[in-house]
Amino acid sequence: MSIIEANELTRTFRSGRQSVAAVRGVNLRVEAGEIVGFLGPNGAGKTTTLRMLTTLLRPTSGTARIAGADLATAPREVRRRIGYVAQYGGTDPNALVDEELFLQARLYRIPVAPARRRVVELLEQLDLGGLGKRLVGSLSGGQRRRLDIALGLVHDPQVIFLDEPTAGLDPHSRNNLWEHTRRLREDHGTTVFLTTHYLDEADALCDRILVIDHGRIVAEDTPVNLKRQLAADVLTMEVVGDPAASQRLLAGLPGVRQAAVTSTGGIQVTLADAEQGITDVITALSGAGIGVRALQLARASLDDVFLSLTGRELRDDPQDQQSPIPTTEGADHVPAR
Amino acid sequence: MSLLVDILLVFQRHLRISLRNPLWIVIGISQPVAFLVLYGPLMTSTLSITGVAPERAWQTYVPGVLVQLCLFGSAFVGFGVIAEWRGGVIERLRVTPVSRVALLLGRVLRDVALLVVQAVLLVVVALPLGLRASVPGVLVALGVVTLLSLGLASLSCALALTVKSEDTLGPTLNTGLMPLLLLSGVLLPMSFAPRWLDLVSRLTPFRYIVDGMRSAFQGEVFSATVLSTVLVALSISVLSVLLGVRTYLRQSA
Repeated sequence: MSIIEANELTRTFRSGRQSVAAVRGVNLRVEAGEIVGFLGPNGAGKTTTLRMLTTLLRPTSGTARIAGADLATAPREVRRRIGYVAQYGGTDPNALVDEELFLQARLYRIPVAPARRRVVELLEQLDLGGLGKRLVGSLSGGQRRRLDIALGLVHDPQVIFLDEPTAGLDPHSRNNLWEHTRRLREDHGTTVFLTTHYLDEADALCDRILVIDHGRIVAEDTPVNLKRQLAADVLTMEVVGDPAASQRLLAGLPGVRQAAVTSTGGIQVTLADAEQGITDVITALSGAGIGVRALQLARASLDDVFLSLTGRELRDDPQDQQSPIPTTEGADHVPAR
Repeated sequence: MSLLVDILLVFQRHLRISLRNPLWIVIGISQPVAFLVLYGPLMTSTLSITGVAPERAWQTYVPGVLVQLCLFGSAFVGFGVIAEWRGGVIERLRVTPVSRVALLLGRVLRDVALLVVQAVLLVVVALPLGLRASVPGVLVALGVVTLLSLGLASLSCALALTVKSEDTLGPTLNTGLMPLLLLSGVLLPMSFAPRWLDLVSRLTPFRYIVDGMRSAFQGEVFSATVLSTVLVALSISVLSVLLGVRTYLRQSA
């Protein structure tokens, strides 16, 4: 049984007399122990879906089971089994670090003594040792983010939802957080469901990627497969010999999607997969006595995948988390800063 | 039982945060003390011109300041809720199995506790200025203050979580509270008012609160006036807490 299983999850917001469908029938499955990236352009329904899966928002229709508990009939049970780390965390700057962790542990009904041990354990696990008595407001961005994650892990949940875990972090802290995320899965078998704006992050961290657009899942696969299917590697060469003859030769090769002569007299070859295709290209050219003077390869990126799927680029846009839907009931209220 | 544990946990959290910054007590009480010290003498001599004995004057004035402290001390606690909501704290707690009712009550009880401490301080400060009052009466008055602040703080939290904007919350509260305050007779007893104003004031709840607290300070504990005050305070409290609970239980709040 999948650890996250959503069927036709739908959420409609009323805006005055109009009703706007933010999520229109999302179906998704996540297996235990997976790290899954949930991607989508602004207003695609990403945050709304996440808020439904974490019991913060009731679906208009559709069902979901998370860690074996039904979202609609047993939301409290779902809450016991999941951890959720919102984009802006949720710590009070005037509280002490260990106070926040201890409260969180007690809210999950961990008895006092084990709760204290758990606080110490988590501080160590997330490299926050010695910071327990510090005010939350005095932590650095990276430390605060790790505290947010520690709070989500207090009860050792089966699934953790991370909303934009590395937004606004410097590269060092980002890498550090990736390490922590991987270790979660390796050491604790925790399933990680994360949204991100950084395609390199999704590429580096996730086993599988779900892309949502206009309230529907439009693609789901491993990063490698997505790139293979939806984007291409582009090889640009300068040849010694007749560019037109080379172009004709290469266009006929299996694995070559397109070959063209560039305005500067070079050859541009679009390959489904450069790892296999590049040798064929070189072999074919040398077999025909054509030398290669210069060669440049641009690998497919998730950016290309994204562009071909949604017609939009996924950029770290500070406006992104603001829902484009004017909410009458404050339903999609992501804290704005 | 589980609810009580949750309430206690939330209460402790908020109390710890407050106590870490003791400035609240200075700020919270400075205005009522200013009213006592800077305005009280003026008020009491005005009252004595009309034939009210000086100790009577303080018995009239101090309960009014207490109600004022209560109104403004409790009604604005919603600002803290908005700050927490903005910081994502409320959302983080709502994803845990904690009772939503405890999120409201734990917080509001902290506000009530702080307010009662301020009210006691206020009475103590008024003693050297000339206040003489019945001890059981003062205790009854403090009970009324407790109920009232429980209600007003719940109402404020509910309103805050509904509007989610400081820019809306502030003016809404001011617009609502100012007429209620003026009509309650906090500053001068309504017995000085022209007939129509007296009648209008009898349509507002705080009129009864102030009248009853004044009677209590003068030593009445079981009179009809005091009893009706307690009943009014209790109704305000119960209705407001229910409204607050309803708001906190709503899933999008």
